[in-house]
Amino acid sequence: MELDVAILSRIQFAFTVSFHIIFPSITIGLATLIAIWEGLWLKTHNPYYLQLAKFWIKPFAITFGMGVVSGIVLSYEFGTNFSVFSELTGAVLGPLMAYEVLTAFFLEAGFLGVMLFGWQRVSPKMHFMSTLVVALGTWISAFWIIVANSWMHTPTGHIIVDGKFEVESWFEVIFNPSMPYRFTHMLTASFITATFVVAGICAYYLLKQQHQHMAKKGLSMCMWIALILTPLQAYIGDLHGLNVKEHQPIKLAAMEGIWPEEEENVPLLLFALPDMEAEKNHAEIGIPNLGSLILTHTWDGAVQGLKSVPPEDRPNVPLVFWSFRVMVAIGFGMIAIAVLALILRHKGTLYSNKAFLFIVTLFTPTGVIAVLAGWYVVEIGRQPWLVQGLVRTIDVVSPLPPERVLFSLTLFVIIYSLLFGVYLYFMRKLIRKGPPSMEALEKQMIGMKAPGYALAWVKNLNSPKQGEK
Amino acid sequence: MDLAFFYFLILGFAIFMYVLLDGFDLGIGILFPWFEEQNQRDHLMRSISHVWDGNETWLVFGGVVLFAAFPMAYGAILSTFYLPIMIMLFALIFRGVAFEYRFKSNRSKAWWDLAFSSGSTIAGFCQGILLGSLVQGVPENAIMASSWIWLTPFSIFTGFAVVTGYALLAACYLYMKSRNEIQQRAATYAKRLLLLIFFFMLTVSLWTVIAQEDIRHRWFDGLNPIILSPLPILSIVLGVIAWRSLSSTQLESRSFWCVAGLFLLGFSGLVVSLFPYLIPTQLTFMEAAAPDSSLEFLLYGVCIFIPLICGYTLWGYRVFAGKIEDYQEGY
Ligand code: HDD
Ligand code: HEM
Ligand code: HEM
Repeated sequence: MELDVAILSRIQFAFTVSFHIIFPSITIGLATLIAIWEGLWLKTHNPYYLQLAKFWIKPFAITFGMGVVSGIVLSYEFGTNFSVFSELTGAVLGPLMAYEVLTAFFLEAGFLGVMLFGWQRVSPKMHFMSTLVVALGTWISAFWIIVANSWMHTPTGHIIVDGKFEVESWFEVIFNPSMPYRFTHMLTASFITATFVVAGICAYYLLKQQHQHMAKKGLSMCMWIALILTPLQAYIGDLHGLNVKEHQPIKLAAMEGIWPEEEENVPLLLFALPDMEAEKNHAEIGIPNLGSLILTHTWDGAVQGLKSVPPEDRPNVPLVFWSFRVMVAIGFGMIAIAVLALILRHKGTLYSNKAFLFIVTLFTPTGVIAVLAGWYVVEIGRQPWLVQGLVRTIDVVSPLPPERVLFSLTLFVIIYSLLFGVYLYFMRKLIRKGPPSMEALEKQMIGMKAPGYALAWVKNLNSPKQGEK
Repeated sequence: MDLAFFYFLILGFAIFMYVLLDGFDLGIGILFPWFEEQNQRDHLMRSISHVWDGNETWLVFGGVVLFAAFPMAYGAILSTFYLPIMIMLFALIFRGVAFEYRFKSNRSKAWWDLAFSSGSTIAGFCQGILLGSLVQGVPENAIMASSWIWLTPFSIFTGFAVVTGYALLAACYLYMKSRNEIQQRAATYAKRLLLLIFFFMLTVSLWTVIAQEDIRHRWFDGLNPIILSPLPILSIVLGVIAWRSLSSTQLESRSFWCVAGLFLLGFSGLVVSLFPYLIPTQLTFMEAAAPDSSLEFLLYGVCIFIPLICGYTLWGYRVFAGKIEDYQEGY
């Protein structure tokens, strides 16, 4: 079989970036949650907040480590595998990524050391501040990389000189049309992902009747957060979709499985098997006109279909179509859980309803799955373009000997699979082990070399030892 | 000042910071096999576990400065040296995750030890190979055609040189951060490595001067030998001071700073030899530079944030100042 370097490079990039995003989508939200818990502990002196923070900082650390090592690969992959692309767009994307390093990566890394290892060396307030700065760093990092990515979807503010991109207005490059939607949607997605990871583990503890005080605190808090964020996410997603319709109509047509050449009103498809050869869907189940209502906010609004452009300008329709449905289904599932939690809370059975706790446990990894699905919609939907309408992916790969890319891709698959197994193994181990007991925490806090912890601990409101298993 | 030249300096600064900081960090991994006992290895690991991420960020920064300011060079260098870069990245993955998993493992500790030490050593070696093959010069159309240009006796030699240099930095770092037995052993290793690094520096210098005409002219034409003579002379002075301070427990940090100075001098020598090329004999930094609109935009970021970064990085090191044994740490 003839090896094609373009295909191999694309598979490798898709594989490594998918692996990477698993970890940021957890750490961004988790860093924020840990900062909130630490802050709440300092304010209320309720020891269960400290227990939550102390417990989750370990899974956070290994997740962060995985994010760092897989991210470093990506920042070099632009040059190794897409050298032509980096020469063409370096003047636009390069400074954005340089700002990411300057304003975010150094910040995260600089304060991470204190956050993880500095308990003995700085005061509680200083430690809290370090955690806060790490969280802030992850947000800033998300901002810049999303700016870069959004510009590739909705490029503005540039001119093309001798085939290369130059920037005319940095303001327009940064605040390109899709950036606000993608950034808010992604940031909310990470908060939701982390919220459901924490909620899932807390529900698991409640089912097993372990660490109940902490688990109740965690679950209750997460369900409040979910109640606010999941409907918000659906709303932002809707706006995001309208933005896609305006700027990338063919991507939208793929998301919704719309084929007709002429614009017409469309149903909302719940199920379909898009067929790219036959240029239509099989086994459609849809609600007439609802698609038009959602996309144009009128009953018979017309939407552009895939057949309005030649086949080589269309993305892989089934992948986009189904990824989109996976994301939205998970989104609505999460909304349902958040509402159910509110009802159970009123009934007073939030912590004891076994079926509910079981479902929440099952939902632990769904945030990550939704994030991946969402990115597949965005990225595969943009193909065959790398910069929408301007640069085609196949034109800008490095002219490498294909065997080399095959070699690195094989190693990536082996090493990343291995590492992912190891990651899950250690996560399981940490969860099995559970949080430090109240006695252990007390000993730690009283024994701190840095001043302030013992005092903060003594102020604990409720007697910490009671009822803890 | 010319913007492209400014970024050339920034790139140099980023690379130097990386070599210095990740140098002692990778060096700890290179020294790992020489400390057999588990508690010694714990100690070695703990001496850098709070800084490795920040140190490696300089590598990312070097990469994106190249990307932003010299996109032509970024694409060309990275795709030409595809294999050594990929192998370096794989090695960095292994050593990076070892930090997280080693302390949490019981049965698999030996594997994480191996991942950490071999990952660190291979990463350093690949960086040496990159250095050597850049110094040698890159033929045109190297991406497809002669794609093994990075594998030569010279580049393998520089690979060993860089590994030795990193190990030396790490030994001096350990000397500063430890007590008793580990400190003594660090001093012994540091002295041997110091001799070795002088051997490498001398050989590499002679080799390039003999093999490469351009570089020979750069160093020996007209008054140049006199103007450049401080580089070798200062190197010897610093080497001697470093050697002596390794015998005195009063001046525990001095050897580290001397070796850092030695690295700076070596690095300056390199820049002298290669200026103004980013890819020797192919691409100068002027030709590779991004348009002014990009360079100006990034200028604000560089001028504001580099001082800030240096500030809080220094603060981070001060928080963890002192000997590692004195704290019971973990999270
Ligand atoms: C929305 C978030 C997001 C997205 C889309 C990406 N990243 Fe990322 N990245 C982060 C959010 C993040 C983070 C939260 O800042 C990380 C993850 C975990 C971590 O340790 O920091 C990180 C780490 C991280 C690192 C290591 C930083 C360090 O040394 O501390 C690098 C070099 C990159 N990323 C590069 C990339 C590139 C080149 C991407 C795109 C192709 C990319 N990331 C997508
Ligand atoms: C982190 C979440 C992301 C995920 C999961 C993701 C996923 C993907 C996938 C699946 C492809 C392959 C599409 C195809 O070839 O059919 C792709 C392509 C690409 N994406 Fe992303 N992407 C992410 C973020 C980004 C960001 C932030 C950037 C740039 C700043 C980016 C730049 C690219 C480039 C250059 C390609 C072209 C290579 C290719 O076609 O494989 N991606 N991405
Ligand atoms: C419930 C209703 C939701 C709707 C209507 C929705 C809508 C959308 C749309 C239209 C896109 C594609 C934008 C483009 O192609 O440029 C998108 C992308 C994405 N979605 Fe959703 N979404 C929903 C829920 C979720 C949930 C629950 C998550 C994760 C927890 C999530 C994570 C993402 C991510 C990570 C992306 C890619 C990055 C981005 O564009 O922000 N979405 N979403």
